[in-house]
Amino acid sequence: MNQNQVKPYPIISKNNCKACLRCISVCKEECLKLSEEINDSGYQYAEYTGEGCIGCGDCYYTCPEPLAIEVHIPRRTRKPKGDA
Amino acid sequence: MDNIRVSDENTEKVQKSEIEEKVLKNPKSLNDSYPRKGNDIYNTHFCAGCGHGILLKLIGEVIDELDIQEKSVMISPVGCSVFNYYYFNAGNVQTAHGRAPAVATGISRAEDNAIVMSYQGDGDLASIGLNETLQAANRGEKIAVFFVNNTVYGMTGGQMAPTTLIGEKTVTCQNGRDANFAGYPLHMCELVDNLKAPVFIERVSLANPKLIRKAKIAIKKALMVQKEGKGYSFVEVLSPCPTNIKRDVKGVEDLLINEMGKEFPVKRFRDLSKEREPKQRPVSDFSIESLDEVFGVDRSKEIAKVEEDFEDCKVKVVGFGGQGVLSTGLTLAQAACSEGKEVSWYPSYGPEQRGGTSNCSITISAKTIGSPVVEECNVLIAMNKPSLEKYSIDVKKGGTILYDARAGNYGKGNLDVKDNVEIISVPAREIATEMGNAKAMNTAILGALMELGKDSPILSQNAFAEGIKETFAAKPKLIDINLKVLEAGAKWLRENK
Repeated sequence: MNQNQVKPYPIISKNNCKACLRCISVCKEECLKLSEEINDSGYQYAEYTGEGCIGCGDCYYTCPEPLAIEVHIPRRTRKPKGDA
Repeated sequence: MDNIRVSDENTEKVQKSEIEEKVLKNPKSLNDSYPRKGNDIYNTHFCAGCGHGILLKLIGEVIDELDIQEKSVMISPVGCSVFNYYYFNAGNVQTAHGRAPAVATGISRAEDNAIVMSYQGDGDLASIGLNETLQAANRGEKIAVFFVNNTVYGMTGGQMAPTTLIGEKTVTCQNGRDANFAGYPLHMCELVDNLKAPVFIERVSLANPKLIRKAKIAIKKALMVQKEGKGYSFVEVLSPCPTNIKRDVKGVEDLLINEMGKEFPVKRFRDLSKEREPKQRPVSDFSIESLDEVFGVDRSKEIAKVEEDFEDCKVKVVGFGGQGVLSTGLTLAQAACSEGKEVSWYPSYGPEQRGGTSNCSITISAKTIGSPVVEECNVLIAMNKPSLEKYSIDVKKGGTILYDARAGNYGKGNLDVKDNVEIISVPAREIATEMGNAKAMNTAILGALMELGKDSPILSQNAFAEGIKETFAAKPKLIDINLKVLEAGAKWLRENK
């Protein structure tokens, strides 16, 4: 697989979001939005639009819920597995 | 409730690929769930947009990076951050309001190796706990203090705090804080910066990701100071409270940067981490041997068991402070102790160092003593006139009063006593002076008491001498003279009775 095709991306945990909007307001790429639906707690929640994340981590650092946002940033190719 | 994650094609693609990735996520030193009352155990109890959650993550990340989780102790205060013990996977103590520095001091002194963090809000630290905060800082305790300043009392509903800005509206200052009425915002960093001991002082802000990253650097510095054992570090964190400030996400950022930031400048006040050496404190020795030495316990002595049964003997010694009232009682108690009797010694005295009234009660018993309080006594030793007149009525029927002859000439006629009470006037001062030390007059009275009770089964003559040796163990020069006075007191009673 070509490494360049893989982009950074956030994973937002739907039920941990309280819709404070901090992540959406700080995302420079404007790639987060508020959902139409509501989560189990009754909040609308932040969603990744699916495009544009550059892996800056701002949303992670500004999010007050420890379990709500993960940001995955690709680094380098793994060593090939033994039989691969 | 399971966490439903929102992912997309890219997510799946990366997970299947062979790309190694860096993941920014919940630090290891924070828990993965927070079981508590209710079933919403994957969310913090904080309001939406609260700064506490951000700070928890930063501290958690730094703990991971410095690899200090195993020796970290987090002190949870009173206030919004009271539930820190749900979130941190580290040692935890929840303290009374404002008392975090005292508890932190205790922990850091008992466990020299521990990294002690005190996490406090503005109500807790700057109001009720201000004194302890400054004292702990001034002592340079080995603790890291994280002071969360959001300008209001959050948990109780947004009342004015010491840090509330001038003109800022809260529920207890509805027209805005008026400096003429409520004073000015308290600047904690500046206050702590006046003290010599602190090693690291910085004020940071959680307004935006750039400042949050700077805050993390400060937290790391503060905890490095702890890891190296150099002393006190203080980090003030300007934090948003959207609920009580009643502003949206942009509004709180504006408040943090333009209003709080002006009143409380974000900067590093002090960093002496390079100059300061690690603090060395003497190691506490709690071994049985050293405690025995401190309390003068001799384990080679056999403790005699009380076999005979006798009625409790209650003694009161009364007089002025400085007359040896308490030490007379102690000598008697030690005497009983040396014979393996159950004994209690219960002092009572006024606030005066010298000259106030003073008394003590001694109970000698064959059985375990319940209360050391003596209401009616068998023997009263009175060292002066007012005490003699006040306590004479407390002597039981058939009891004995021994008093210093200088108090005056007393008998049944002029003293308020019960039936059959023997009243003996002992020229204690004369006896003691003859022996060479007027100060030992209390021992002369004890000598008389010893002679009186020579036929009773309660204390042997030898016990009195043992009691004196024990009481004056720290001043060995006085033992001989007191033994002489004791004997002289006994002799006087033999000759004059």
